[in-house]
Amino acid sequence: MQNIQSPEYAIETKNLFIFYGSFAAVSEVNMKIEKQKITAIIGPSGCGKSTLLRAFNRMNDFVPSSYVTGEILLHGQNLYGKDIDPVEVRRKIGMVFQKPNPFPKSIYENITWGARINGFKGNMDELVEQSLRGAALWDEVKDKLRKSAYELSGGQQQRLCIARTIAIQPDIILMDEPASALDPISTLRIEELMQELKKNYTIIIVTHNMQQAARVSDYTAMMMLEKDGSRSGTVIEFSETKRIFTNPKDKRTEDYVTGRFG
Amino acid sequence: MIRKTFEHEIQHVKDEVLLLGSMVEHAIITSVEVLKKRDIKGAEKLIADDKEINKKRFAIENQLMILIATQQPMAHDLRLLASTMEIISELERMGDYAKGIANINIRMGEETLLKPLIDIPRMAQIGADMLHRSLTAFVKEDVEAAKAIPAEDDEVDALYNQVYRELMLFIIQDPKSIERANWLLWVAHNLERVADRVTNICERTIFIATGEMSEIKTTDDEFETK
Repeated sequence: MQNIQSPEYAIETKNLFIFYGSFAAVSEVNMKIEKQKITAIIGPSGCGKSTLLRAFNRMNDFVPSSYVTGEILLHGQNLYGKDIDPVEVRRKIGMVFQKPNPFPKSIYENITWGARINGFKGNMDELVEQSLRGAALWDEVKDKLRKSAYELSGGQQQRLCIARTIAIQPDIILMDEPASALDPISTLRIEELMQELKKNYTIIIVTHNMQQAARVSDYTAMMMLEKDGSRSGTVIEFSETKRIFTNPKDKRTEDYVTGRFG
Repeated sequence: MIRKTFEHEIQHVKDEVLLLGSMVEHAIITSVEVLKKRDIKGAEKLIADDKEINKKRFAIENQLMILIATQQPMAHDLRLLASTMEIISELERMGDYAKGIANINIRMGEETLLKPLIDIPRMAQIGADMLHRSLTAFVKEDVEAAKAIPAEDDEVDALYNQVYRELMLFIIQDPKSIERANWLLWVAHNLERVADRVTNICERTIFIATGEMSEIKTTDDEFETK
């Protein structure tokens, strides 16, 4: 894949539809996601937030019968183009999941594993330290790098997963409810970390927690099922976060953010 | 419709704002009535009553803080609660103007009024009426009314200019009347400010309903520019 620098946008969708068989789970999404910003995707359960997020790094490819129409452009290149390797896409666009999922290995190996597979030839110790520092975990684990990742707390494990993601230096980090399994303090740590990460990375986060979206993101996309009863989700409003939470344009966004939806 | 409890709390806050508004309205009208009668006891009571206005304002502010902390209001709810915080502050300041008039009344002591009060009670009446309707517009989120009411401030400004000219004539004719003229000028000034603050309430109402923050233009200030 080429690395053509786009001045403003990290990734863009054009008339994107995501299908499971004949069912369009997500319809007609047109979004331009700004570089080095945090974009939150919010909306009620079952409206296609995670499906859309997973489309950004072709994770939906693992679901049989899933396919997309339209385009997702990274540096102007369609991620679903014929000659694109999905593994390469996932290297460029990393993902952090709801439940921390470290490998059953040492803290050190959790970081080096992906790098090794990707043919990293540099100094592994440096990479480990740099990645753990980047994930605000270094000071807590520097003396026990050879210990199992499972010995860490949930919040630490999630930061280890973030460190593992940034170790392969992606362009974009996708986060699917990254703090929903964590206690409030660990949640705030992750949120603080996101502010640090956006200096170098573009972040797209799916969250059920509206206050979290309001606290951490620069832009917010509001998803909702289409009015036509098709059970297909779409982005009904995409704007600066401060706008979405103070003066949204769409009545459905207003109802959702003020807790009057449903 | 979910969030019934929150809706109920919001309604309660609006009711309390109306109550505070009626206390202030009463204070404005009464301050001029007791001045007209040179009723010192009435003026002292007004000053004591102003403490109740301040207490009520703090009680509403506390309620608003609790709602913001516990309900995490967003969008329209957030604009409503934040703007209500501003509106109660405007009301409290209007109460201070009435108290100021009561203070002037007391400081005048045995002195008689320089002239019979005609335009000044009219200013109080218009200001209190504007205030009343601005709060109705606030509760109903009536944007049209909120846009129309501030224009009436021009009438209050015109009356203020008239009072000003008249008092200047008294001073020119008899420089010894300066102090008595000055007292009445301050009374008129306080009433003129009441109408200005009504405009602020209307601006907040428009913001709550539309999300657009803009300053409503009336005449620049109380003085004629020509």
